[in-house]
This record gives sequence, C-alpha cells and structure tokens, in this order.
Amino acid sequence: MMSETRAATSSPLRHKAGSDAPFLLAIGGLGGSYVLLILLMLAADLAFTSPTHFLAALQKPEIQYAIRLTLITCTISALLSILVATPLGYLLSRFSFRGRWLIDTVIDVPVVLPPLVIGLSLLILFHLPLRGTNLEQLVERYLGTRVTYAEPAVVLAQFAVACAFAVQTMRVTFDQIDTRAEQVALTLGCRRSQAFFQIVLPQAWRGMVAALTIAWARSLGEFGPILVFAGATRMRTEVLSTTVFLELSVGQLEAAVAVSLLMVLAAIAVLGVVRLVGARVNS
Amino acid sequence: MIELRELTIRSGSFVLDHVSAEVSAGVYAVLMGGTGQGKTTILEAICGLRPIAGGRIVVDGVDVTRWKPADRSIGYVPQDLALFPTMTVREHLQFALRIRRASPTLLRERVDELSDVLGIGSLLDRRIRGLSGGEAQRVALGRALSFRPRVLLLDEPLNALDERTRDRLCELLRTIQRAHGLTTLHITHSRAEARLLADKLFVIADGRVQERPLSDLALFGDEPSPLIAAASTSPAS
Repeated sequence: MMSETRAATSSPLRHKAGSDAPFLLAIGGLGGSYVLLILLMLAADLAFTSPTHFLAALQKPEIQYAIRLTLITCTISALLSILVATPLGYLLSRFSFRGRWLIDTVIDVPVVLPPLVIGLSLLILFHLPLRGTNLEQLVERYLGTRVTYAEPAVVLAQFAVACAFAVQTMRVTFDQIDTRAEQVALTLGCRRSQAFFQIVLPQAWRGMVAALTIAWARSLGEFGPILVFAGATRMRTEVLSTTVFLELSVGQLEAAVAVSLLMVLAAIAVLGVVRLVGARVNS
Repeated sequence: MIELRELTIRSGSFVLDHVSAEVSAGVYAVLMGGTGQGKTTILEAICGLRPIAGGRIVVDGVDVTRWKPADRSIGYVPQDLALFPTMTVREHLQFALRIRRASPTLLRERVDELSDVLGIGSLLDRRIRGLSGGEAQRVALGRALSFRPRVLLLDEPLNALDERTRDRLCELLRTIQRAHGLTTLHITHSRAEARLLADKLFVIADGRVQERPLSDLALFGDEPSPLIAAASTSPAS
C-alpha cells in the first residue's frame, strides 16, 4: 500500500483521454433529429401545395378577412399584453411584498393551463349569473359591444394567454437590469416613477420588443380559446388558425396547407425581428 | 455634518448594532474596515437606500432618518459607480439638475464648470461604454456633485485604478471638497488613499465604529495595518 502510494506520487499514471467523436456524434445526432423533423414538416407542406393553390386560397374573401382580422387582433392583444406586462414584470422584479408568491403562481396559470380551458373559463366568466345579469350583458350595456362570439372575444382570448408570456419576458428583462443605477437616481432627486421612466425603461426597450413579438406570435397561434369563446363564424370571428380548422373540416386540405404556410411565413418574420433585436443587443 | 446616533441595521444575519459616529461640517472622513463589516451598508443607510431598524441619521442638524433618498440631497458615488447606460456623459452631469427643473443656462454653466474641474470636457458627448476606469469615476463624481450637495459619500471610489490615476483623483477630490466645504465620508481599503485624504479616520470592526488618530495611518506601510486587520477578523467572519 505504502509503496504503491509512493510510486503514484513519484511518476504520474499514464493516461490517454480517448476520442471525443462518439460524444459529439451523439449530441449532434440527437439534437439534429429535432431540427430535421421541423425541416421535413415544412418541406412536406411546401411539396403538397403549389403557387396556384396558394394564390387561390389567398384570393378567397373569407381568407382575406381572416388575414385582416388576425393581423389586427394579434397587434391589439400584443400591445395590451406589453401595456400590462411591463408594470407587472417590474413589480415582480423589484418589490417584495406579502403574497407575492401567490401572484407569481397565478400569472403562471395561463402558461400551464390547456388553452381550451382558458376559452371555456372566459365563456363561463362572461355568462355567470350575477344578480339577474352577467358580465356579457353589463359590457354590452355600458360599452355598447358584444364580447362572446364577436371580435372582442378573439382579442381577449389571445390576450389571456399571450400576456402571461410577455410578463415572463419582462420580468427577466427587469431582473437583468442593475438596480444600482435606479437607486443612485433616487439619491439624485428622482421619484420612483422618474427613475423608472428615465433610467429603467430606456434600458428595457429590447426586452419590450421581445415581449411584444412573443405576445404577437402566441396570439397568432391561439386556437382553442378562440374557438370556444369567439366561435368560428366565417367573415366574423375567423382568424387564420380557425381558417386552417374550418378548411380542414370541409375537406379543403389544399387551402388549409396554404393558410398554414402563410402562418409559417408570419412566424418566421416574427422570429426574424427577435433575432435582429437580439443581434443588436450583442453587438 | 453627518451624525449617526445609535444606528441599528439588520439585514438577514448581518447586524450593525447601535453605531454612533460624527463627521463635522467640512471634514473629510475616511472609513476603513475589513470586507463584510458593513461599510457600504452604513453609506446606503445615510443615503436612505437601506431601511434601518433603529437610531437616527442627522445631516446638517436635520433628522433625515425617515426622509426619502431624493429629499436628502446627498451626493453618492457607489462602489460599482452605477452609471446610466443609455445616457451620455453630459446627460449624467445634467440629470439631477433636470429633475430639479433647472434653467438651460444653469445646465450649461454647471456642465461647463464640472467638466472643466473634472477634466472630462472632451468626453461630454460620449456614452459611458468604453470610458476608462478613471474617466468613469470622474463622471460618477460629477453626477454626484452636480446638484451641489452639502454631503458627499464615496464608496471605494478609487478601487481598480492605477496608482497615478488614483493619486491625481485623490488630489482632485481634496480640491473639490475644500472648495465647496463638503462634508465627506469616504470608504477605502487603501491606507495610501486614506493618508492622502483623511482629516479624520474611522475604523469599523465587529459592528462598532471607532474614531482613530490619523497617526495610525502613518505607522505602517501600505499593507493593512495590524490594528485594522486584527480588528477586522471577528470570530463571525
């Protein structure tokens, strides 16, 4: 035992680490399989449709209406999300107060809940009897607009999910902004609001762009809650995700694929914006 | 004048209990002590950035213990400087004055004056990214002085600077402090720095702040003095 120890300390054990190739091949192979799956799906969509189909689908008035409604509702719900997510993210990032864990948990609910359940919950919320009336009737009376099975329901269904993702993004954004500069601003004579608008917000704009695009993309993909809460009425509450479903249900596979590709293009455009902003952050 | 009366601060397991100290008006005081002794905590408490559990903070005879940081008019240069990443050097110097709705004339005059004294005139339109350590220190100092505070708090402001820059900045700090009669509390680890600056020396150890004669600084070389080092190694740390 003693002699062995002495031998080990006097001359190091000979050792060769061996090849890294198996490990690199394994991670490349496993990771690459997912990338391949995505590319194959997109390629299949492209192979299935033709420019003629694509253009024909785009010329249908129902689909044109759906494109317009999608662009408008996604933009409104993304803007609403950022309007709510910025203060909420800041609040959760900077302030510790009793019951914060509860708020933390509550705002994660839309992230983990099946989207369909959110739609159903919205539907029930607006129609729950409330002293002989309900929320739907109250909104109609005081704001003069229907919600359920109408356009506002589309926005609300999108917002209910998208905002949760925007809050997560904004919270991380504020967590990454050093609080020291804000504190120094307070010693220089700022109210909290002045420190927020003049010091914090100018540093947060990239996070806001990211949150906005994420909220927009989530709204674009929203389907379940819209179907339940807003319905799928052509030329009324039909958005692109509903179009894919409606076209499929009447056997119009070509139109469904054409609209799907349109959404893929929109998603790529959104991802492009995020990457572009990210690249400018790093440069 | 800065007076700490029986100041008690608790933060997790860290406790400063019944700390009292007094820096008279126009005095340059240096506070030394080991890492984790609460030097920064005391400065933050004086600015109002850290809640205190007991005691009083009195600045120029006024009890500011419950005042907001904004109302205390104390110039503060934190250890990490915390410059504003989206602003130019000029905007840093103007910031506190804009908050106070100063006139354009005053803004211009004050920026000219500060940039002249601090030697940062050529940097005014630059953002803070890419400023050297010494330049960034000057900007942070200019920002803290811009609204003419009566009290200046400096948290290891000359750390990580080469010796020449440090000596020049020490000279600058003394010049400005004398010119404006600023009551200054300056935290440092460096005995050389303390020798160049201090009118008064405080040492913090084991949750107590004690005034020490300046001769303590002269006794030893630049290594932490046995006195300060011994006082700093509490059983807790």
